[in-house]
Amino acid sequence: MTTTAVLDVGRAAPVRAAGRTTGSRTATALLLAPAVIASLALFVYPLARIVVVSVTEPTIGLHNYAELFTDGYTLRVLTRTLLVALGVAVLDLLMAFPYAYAMTVCSPRVRAVLFTIVLIPFWTSALAKNFAWMILFQRGGLVDEFLKATLGIDYPLLGTTPAVLIAMSQVLLPFAVLPLYASLEQIDRRLVDAAQGLGATRGRAFRQVYLPLAAPGLVAAGALAFILSLGFYITPALLGSPQQTLIAQLIMARVEQVLDFAGADAIGIFLLIVTVAMALLSRWVSRRATARKEAAR
Amino acid sequence: MRRAPLLWIVVCSVAALLTVPTLFLIPMSLTGGSTFQFPPPSWSLRWYRNLVEDRGWRDAVMVSLQVAVLSTPMAVAIGTGAAFGLMRLGARLRLIGAGALSAPLVIPNILIALAIYGMFLQMGLSGTILGLVLGQTALAVPFVLIAVLARLQGYDRNLTAAALSLGATPATVFRTVTFPLVLPGIVAGGVFAFVASFDELVIALLLQSPRTVTLPVQMFNAVVEAADPTISAASTVLVVVVSAVILVAQIGWTRRSEKRSGSGA
Repeated sequence: MTTTAVLDVGRAAPVRAAGRTTGSRTATALLLAPAVIASLALFVYPLARIVVVSVTEPTIGLHNYAELFTDGYTLRVLTRTLLVALGVAVLDLLMAFPYAYAMTVCSPRVRAVLFTIVLIPFWTSALAKNFAWMILFQRGGLVDEFLKATLGIDYPLLGTTPAVLIAMSQVLLPFAVLPLYASLEQIDRRLVDAAQGLGATRGRAFRQVYLPLAAPGLVAAGALAFILSLGFYITPALLGSPQQTLIAQLIMARVEQVLDFAGADAIGIFLLIVTVAMALLSRWVSRRATARKEAAR
Repeated sequence: MRRAPLLWIVVCSVAALLTVPTLFLIPMSLTGGSTFQFPPPSWSLRWYRNLVEDRGWRDAVMVSLQVAVLSTPMAVAIGTGAAFGLMRLGARLRLIGAGALSAPLVIPNILIALAIYGMFLQMGLSGTILGLVLGQTALAVPFVLIAVLARLQGYDRNLTAAALSLGATPATVFRTVTFPLVLPGIVAGGVFAFVASFDELVIALLLQSPRTVTLPVQMFNAVVEAADPTISAASTVLVVVVSAVILVAQIGWTRRSEKRSGSGA
């Protein structure tokens, strides 16, 4: 199998489509089979199964979905989740843009340092990061004491939505910085220099030349942070309040406490639809930005 | 750099936000008290001792290692095979295939966990190591697939053609040309798969039984149920190990690229 695989990989791409033998087709199928089987068994089937469960239990119909809109609770949780995700995306872009931009203009040595600073939290255990925030935000913790001492605010952050927002932004920041850097690095900086050479001010060159070129990358990075926030469980579970749950907590609570699988499944499918819609929307916006960029050339 | 002090103030603040909060784990882990009180009332190494000696924590580390060690090679084999397979398809089919096989990355983990839990419960796989391994493998395959595929797409096919025309057998070409060139992708995907499995919470939380508590589940319960400061020792160990590995890799990589680009830099 490996031998034919190698041969075929070695062939130049255009030649390949024409000159395929049955043997190499079998090899392709054999190479792909484990992944396809794993995907069908551990992904497609389980997901299809919960779709079926959500419309057949306890009786056939869409009542599990109707309940989402009528219980007066799930929609509020979903709105809160969307708002937190939006907040995370905005905060992350505000922090990731200057950071990723700096990475493209600094010396290689500084870039290596900035890279390392992003990579360490990227690889660090999510529980460790969230637990660290818990220590800082708890009553009598450093942030609490600092707020009391400097601003006179007595507002322990642990168990509030702002705490969830701050911690989630930090945890997801590397996911915004890394793709944004990859995209900003592609921008030809000479275009900005040219604009300035032609008499534009630095601000104007940035706004009218750099920003449009950076737009697709910004949209993609913001969308990634947004989408990853939607399904986040650890941060709201550890730092949020039971009175202000996000949608992932709602799903877990339905399953673990009430054993209401059909209800949890319906919320899960609903979350999936929202996620996919957001992903498609961001791709469309990003494409349009790219198209405008091409047209501007 | 001198021209934009504001930019560098922002960059330093962001860098601080990324790194500083986690540093508070270290003093926390050295507390002599038995709560999360910070700053600690007294100092001791008792929670590190507890991490090693306590049955629950030791078992959790072993379960996590066992699951990661079993699921990583499976994910690497499946993902690498699929990447090679996809490269043999036409461009259009390859794109569709890669999208379909890496879909689990885009879908909220909580939903995949929910779906797998429901199925495993029916099949009696909930609360077993096998169930955990299968679940983590499903999540890890896309990481390997993407890493290897990226490497294969950047691969210059002329190298294989050249080796073949010089008389190498296909097996030799694979061993001496293709494999070494693709290896970094396989290793990167494998490392990612291992870490993702070692750190996964939601599936493990749903599939847990008294015998299959993974380290993340134990840490989660230590906060939510027990207020057990051993979590700070466990967190510190994880952070230190990860940081050390990344620093060594970064330094090695910087050295190598400096050497490659000559003495200049």
